[in-house]
Amino acid sequence: MDVLGNYKSVISARSTDKDITKKSQDGGIITTLFAYALEEGIIDGAIVAGPSDEPWKPEPMVVTTKAELLAAAGTRYTISPNLALIKEATRSYGLDRVGIVGVPCQIQAVRKAQLYPIGMRDVDDKIALALGIYCMENLPYQALEAIVEDHCNQKMESVKKMDIGKGKFTVYTERGAVSQMPLKLIHKYVQPGCNVCLDYVANLADISSGSVGSPDGWSTVFVRSMKGNAVWDGAIAAGLFETKPMDQVKPGLDLVTKLATEKITKNQKNVDARKTMGLKADGTPKGLRNPYESP
Amino acid sequence: MPGRTPEKRPEAKPAATQPQEKPAVKPSDVIVEEKVEVVQKEEKPVAEKITIGELHLSGCTGCLVTLADNYEGLFKLLDDYADLVYALTLVDVRHVPEMDVCLVEGSCCLNDKISVEELKEAREKSKVLVAYGGCAAYGNITRFCRGGQWNQPGQEAFVPISEVVDVDLYIPSCPPCPQQVRNVAVMAYLLLRGNDEQKNLATAYLTPLMQLAQRGNEACGCDLMYDVINQGLCMGCGTCAGTCPVRAITMEYGKPNVNRDLCIKCGACYAQCPRSWFNFDVMNNYEGIMDAIKGAME
Repeated sequence: MDVLGNYKSVISARSTDKDITKKSQDGGIITTLFAYALEEGIIDGAIVAGPSDEPWKPEPMVVTTKAELLAAAGTRYTISPNLALIKEATRSYGLDRVGIVGVPCQIQAVRKAQLYPIGMRDVDDKIALALGIYCMENLPYQALEAIVEDHCNQKMESVKKMDIGKGKFTVYTERGAVSQMPLKLIHKYVQPGCNVCLDYVANLADISSGSVGSPDGWSTVFVRSMKGNAVWDGAIAAGLFETKPMDQVKPGLDLVTKLATEKITKNQKNVDARKTMGLKADGTPKGLRNPYESP
Repeated sequence: MPGRTPEKRPEAKPAATQPQEKPAVKPSDVIVEEKVEVVQKEEKPVAEKITIGELHLSGCTGCLVTLADNYEGLFKLLDDYADLVYALTLVDVRHVPEMDVCLVEGSCCLNDKISVEELKEAREKSKVLVAYGGCAAYGNITRFCRGGQWNQPGQEAFVPISEVVDVDLYIPSCPPCPQQVRNVAVMAYLLLRGNDEQKNLATAYLTPLMQLAQRGNEACGCDLMYDVINQGLCMGCGTCAGTCPVRAITMEYGKPNVNRDLCIKCGACYAQCPRSWFNFDVMNNYEGIMDAIKGAME
């Protein structure tokens, strides 16, 4: 499979809803799609990364209204264990059609839960919309704290927005200060589990979205599955997005392909290196576990 | 073994037709009616179906109920893909028959001779032996049994069935999900009766569950620590916390935290974790496979 996965179309888009773009990270794609799906009854609720007691620490939550969705808009650069709520949504909340958003590994987990529902009772046919966001790597919360407070010298609670782009990690504070650090320096903080990930643009999502490849304030959207296609067409027909063809925007799809190739090549090397990481008594290499081969 | 298939039919048929004389056995009545319908509709020889049985050892019957929890899906399975030739309550057959797939529920009590014998007999008479559910696969809560229990105080040795017989395939969790056993049943049908393409798909689908059976018969929430986090593979997606049937797992700062007092050792968390195994050959085709299963069940 190609590094960008199977997709029916790819397009640069931005939400036309000003309430959403005010709060969203880039084009407001995920929030707008969920708001549309909620309104149209395509989903009864969505599992998203909501706010928590600690600043910039996401907490998975089940939302059923646009107001709740808006409270969860924007990117937090640490993982929100959204899959933890999947049975909560389908069983405790009793939702028949669930939307879920996640980084590529989480969308992989969604598909595994659907194809091999080992402990995921009555979940497989209730995932109505799985939206993926691009992800190069992820940070533990404590790492994010170190980056913002030590490297960027800003208080977590005073930060208005964090952003990754053009090789920099940027922090914007409520009072207008901007702190930056080179992206290279954050690599040591990346959680190790990310180093074996072979998916950049959420290849298994219904629709995946991320800023890479599109101009500021826009997102690059891959429409992948039949389900995703139906939802996307509906949202476009409802006038929820401004769109531009990918070949007419800068930096364009080539950058997405480049970054995806870089990530997957690097991580495939890591996966391979794990096979011969150690040393047996007889001088032959001793390997670590490879999840892509066997449990 | 394959040569015996025709012999099996006559053996299973009397069991299914009997209920007509004994109206008390209701589910079987329904099965018989539906079966006739299918023959008329598709002119598909019933003999093409595979045979599935459920051997009940030391378990709570939750796994068997799970099979029935497929509701109309169970009827579809029995109509088109599989004959249930042996199961507690659902089938009026006393002795373990020959079968293609044997789902074994519950762990094996070594102090109970009949359990041991029946398990060995099931192994001998089935092509694919499945440890169906946490108890059969990993011992699950029966791991904590120390005997002294009413009404068999002397029974204390409960082991996962793979201590006694070779097991081909694991379906962990407590209880397993109806959809998982349904998928395995459909895939087993494709494996044993399908064309080459279907056989390849079924093989690819079933492989990780077979590898799980090779991995060992100990499971615990600790597996997440040993085989995922310690191996540098966890990325904190939350699947384990979502899947745990007893809510023993919470996510603390992006990693699972297992309350070992609550953990029942069913193996669901590790099996469901996308970093225990992730087979791209199957997953990349998720849409097609899910449509195929959905189509098969309509």
